[in-house]
Amino acid sequence: MKIFIVPSIISHRLQTISVSAVFLSLQDCTFFTRKEILRLHGRYHELAPHLVPMDYTNDPDCKLPLALIVNMPELKENPFRNRIVESFSEDGMGNLSFNEFVDMFSVLSETASRELKAIYAFKIYDFNVDNYLCKEDLEKTLNRLTKEELTPEEVELVCQKSIEEADLDGDNKLSFADFENMITRAPDFLSTFHIRI
Amino acid sequence: RERHRAKRRDGDREKKKRRKGRRRRASRAGEREDELQARHEKREAGRRKRAKNYQESEGRERDEEEQAQIKTGKTAKTKKNIKNEKTRKVEQEEGEAEERNAKGKKKHGSAKKEEKDEDGGKCAAKEKTQEVKKKKHKRKGADTLNSLSPEELEKLKEAVDERKKLIQGLRGKPWSMKKKLVTLRESQEFVEKYEGALGKGKGRKLYAYKVMMAKKWMKFQRDFENFKTACIPWEMKIKEIESHFGSSVASYFIFLRWMYGINMILFGLTFGLVMVPEALMGRPYGSIPRKTVPRAEEASAMDFAVLWDFGGYAQYSVLFYGYYNNQRAIGWLKFRMPLSYFLVGVGTVAYSYMVVIRTMARNANESGVGDDNSFNFSWKTFTSWDYLIGNPETADNKFASITTSFKEAILEEQESRKDDNIHLTRFLRVLANFLVLCCLAGSGYLIYFVVRRSQKFALDGLDTHTWWERNEVNMVMSLLGMFCPMLFDVISALENYHPRVALQWQLGRIFALFLGNLYTFIIALMDEINLKREEEKIVKFNITTWEASLYNSTVSENSTGPPITIQPADVPRGPCWETMVGQEFVRLIISDTMTTYITLLIGDFLRAVLVRFLNYCWCWDLEAGFPSYSEFDVSGNVLGLIFNQGMIWMGAFYAPCLPALNVLRLHVSMYLQCWAVMCCNVPQERVFKASGSNNFYMAMLLVILFLSTLPAIYTIVTIPPSFDCGPFSGKKRMFDVIQETLESDFPAWFSKVFSSASNPGLVLPFILLMVLAIYYLQSTSKSYKEANVELKKKLQTQNEENKKKNKRAALKAQMDLEEARKAASQTADSSQRLYHGKNRRNPPAPVREQGLPATRAPVPRNYHHGNHGAPGYLPGFPRQSEPRMHRVPSLQRH
Repeated sequence: MKIFIVPSIISHRLQTISVSAVFLSLQDCTFFTRKEILRLHGRYHELAPHLVPMDYTNDPDCKLPLALIVNMPELKENPFRNRIVESFSEDGMGNLSFNEFVDMFSVLSETASRELKAIYAFKIYDFNVDNYLCKEDLEKTLNRLTKEELTPEEVELVCQKSIEEADLDGDNKLSFADFENMITRAPDFLSTFHIRI
Repeated sequence: RERHRAKRRDGDREKKKRRKGRRRRASRAGEREDELQARHEKREAGRRKRAKNYQESEGRERDEEEQAQIKTGKTAKTKKNIKNEKTRKVEQEEGEAEERNAKGKKKHGSAKKEEKDEDGGKCAAKEKTQEVKKKKHKRKGADTLNSLSPEELEKLKEAVDERKKLIQGLRGKPWSMKKKLVTLRESQEFVEKYEGALGKGKGRKLYAYKVMMAKKWMKFQRDFENFKTACIPWEMKIKEIESHFGSSVASYFIFLRWMYGINMILFGLTFGLVMVPEALMGRPYGSIPRKTVPRAEEASAMDFAVLWDFGGYAQYSVLFYGYYNNQRAIGWLKFRMPLSYFLVGVGTVAYSYMVVIRTMARNANESGVGDDNSFNFSWKTFTSWDYLIGNPETADNKFASITTSFKEAILEEQESRKDDNIHLTRFLRVLANFLVLCCLAGSGYLIYFVVRRSQKFALDGLDTHTWWERNEVNMVMSLLGMFCPMLFDVISALENYHPRVALQWQLGRIFALFLGNLYTFIIALMDEINLKREEEKIVKFNITTWEASLYNSTVSENSTGPPITIQPADVPRGPCWETMVGQEFVRLIISDTMTTYITLLIGDFLRAVLVRFLNYCWCWDLEAGFPSYSEFDVSGNVLGLIFNQGMIWMGAFYAPCLPALNVLRLHVSMYLQCWAVMCCNVPQERVFKASGSNNFYMAMLLVILFLSTLPAIYTIVTIPPSFDCGPFSGKKRMFDVIQETLESDFPAWFSKVFSSASNPGLVLPFILLMVLAIYYLQSTSKSYKEANVELKKKLQTQNEENKKKNKRAALKAQMDLEEARKAASQTADSSQRLYHGKNRRNPPAPVREQGLPATRAPVPRNYHHGNHGAPGYLPGFPRQSEPRMHRVPSLQRH
């Protein structure tokens, strides 16, 4: 038994050491501690053990497709899971490198500031990526929130009302300024817009 | 020339940066550049040789970005051309052409560059560092670092500091990860490179030392932070629950953990300052009557039934008030036991008040952002999904609840709902309240009745009664607490309230019930205390006669011998009401805990097991149908916790073991309830918001704290302590211990000062002053609040106006720009040479002018530039309306 245990401990140590140098910079760029980053790496590795190397010393360039990431239990039930992953990917298609993966959970962590969260929330709800939340975006949001249980008239009414409430410059769509103004006053935004991992 | 070319290509990244920095800087102040220019011309030759080396190495370091930069290499070249104008006048024309080319390129696409333009903070830092860097490069060749002037050093220091700040704030920047990493690496390299070089002569060592210490300190802080997060207990458990059941259920466990923390501190106080000193240094068990089990009880003192009731040996131990001796100082430490006992009692309450109020204030600060209802629908749309949910069932429930909440809101909005029968609803509500009041009164009477009856039983002696009769009070209280809420739930169905309102009513009613029960209990206890005091008087009288008879008999029998020793167990003693009160509370806590656990096991676990396994052979679907699995009752559990804590606060003075018991209870509940939730509960249907209710719980806790300290303080202040037990025996009042300490442990002048300070003539004005201060603070805070609201309104209107103005200005600017561009294109070639030749001080103007349309042009889809059409502001940009305002007019000027 001992013979089996000892090498595994050593290899684990080695891995931690070799990995930590790379992850130290991640610690500066995100809200995570070293331990959490290691855990995140474990999760990332778990998603595709054959694609992701355990050893990150050389900062290998590998990306995981959206379909894999979306299946994480933390995201699985989220109606906006695709949008979340897409917003954090560099190419906009949802392929995440490990750095972006960490960045995603960093923004969604508890310690991230309200402003930062608002910026990314805006991106997530902006389905057609035109930098405005227009009626179309709102309809999609609503349909995902309610699983299309509302009638079209009701959706129409809610969209109309939401835009009326938050639109400050009267262009019938929400710019980021409008969105931020609205979301920073929302009492539940901070408590709901985070994922624990 | 050939050599120049090669060199330029090598270090093009460097130059690009320089160019950018230069552009910025030039737009602000021309003098710096002039100065630079002059120096540059002087050292031209020497610099080039060295700079080449450096640039080469740097260029290699960043080979990954090479490709991106080749594109911009040309611009860099042009910039350099401008700079080295005098030496390379020949190249001028070519350079101009290239510049135009490069600008065109930029206009079309390089999103990255534009993005960098926008990141104000970063650029500011970078610009400075670039500037200094440039200077350094220049210098490096000819002279060494030592020749840097103090201002330059100052600048360098500033740049390094700014870089450091940048590194610290990096995690809050909304950039892509790649960019963050690159920035981080650059900044770190820069800092490392120049940090050591900074400071020379005298200051140098100190500076290096400071830097080193700062680094170490940072590392330590980070480690400490890691350590701290690792030390928070049950974090993973709570996270797991949170992901399954959403934030509302997790909020209960977080509340439980918070409570556990407070109780740990209370436990530390009582255990460390009262129980341990008494056990170690006080007189041992059996030395004096109050520390000995009386002869009559000795036989049964070790029986489990007696111990379970906290009688026998448990009663005559450090667990209860009566065991403590009134000796002023104990042990070799001369520990002031009675004083310590009193102060710990006061400190417990004071600490609890402090913690609760501080938490409340913090919560209020956090949640005080928005309470207006102006964004009802948009909030529902954008913040109603709880991103924590990771369980399909919870998610389904959440979908359902969101849908219903939308439907409700729509209904409310349409206001077409007519109350079909207002009179009926009103009647039903009145009836429901009447029923609830009846319930409350009934439960109160029941408790009073039971307590009185138990006193009768106690007078008869416990042995003659059954188990039920002995534990009647606790059982009745626990059962009432269990069934009445259910009854209230049924009654509230009559009322037809909105679920949120209904929940508040429900919470309020349960609160009233618990409170009523508790107070009936206390009143009954007071009766009992009075009875005991009557008894005490009789015992006191008996003891004197007993002592007299004892004395007489010894004297008469053998007058010369030593007085016979009496076993402390044989000495008659008073009833000691304090211990009785303590015992009552301990029993209450124990029975309460037991009921909680048993309900948990039967109501949750057994039910879940039955539903799961009987479902295979039952005629209807048990899981979806009637019994189904139980939900986790957040509000009920929180209320139970709060009342439990209230009892602790009330009884802790008379039973120092209570905090310890409570810590144990909370610890077990944490594990048991976590397990029960995960294994046999289903997520609740009515989603209870965690954030809004936090302070509601805290307010309840505060009320309970106040109400539970009232009787404790009342008994301490008004009722004289028992004559033969406890640390205050022999004194008229318990708080006399303070006066005694003042008189004997402090110098005479101190007690004089104290007594003169405590006379009414001084105290009354002081109280008056405090009241005035409170009034003043309150009124100022009120006015601040009003001002705040006013400002908010103003800000909002101003925002709107600004938006409109901006839009108009932007449109106008665009039109002007179009015109200007047309005009410019007509005279482009002829005017440009002239322009640059004469007006060298102002080169950024064209850059600005032509750079800005790039932000308007239809760029490829990229998040970071949100403003085409109008300068609405960017997701990647900190909220700034001022700079935008400036930018537009400056555009118009040109």
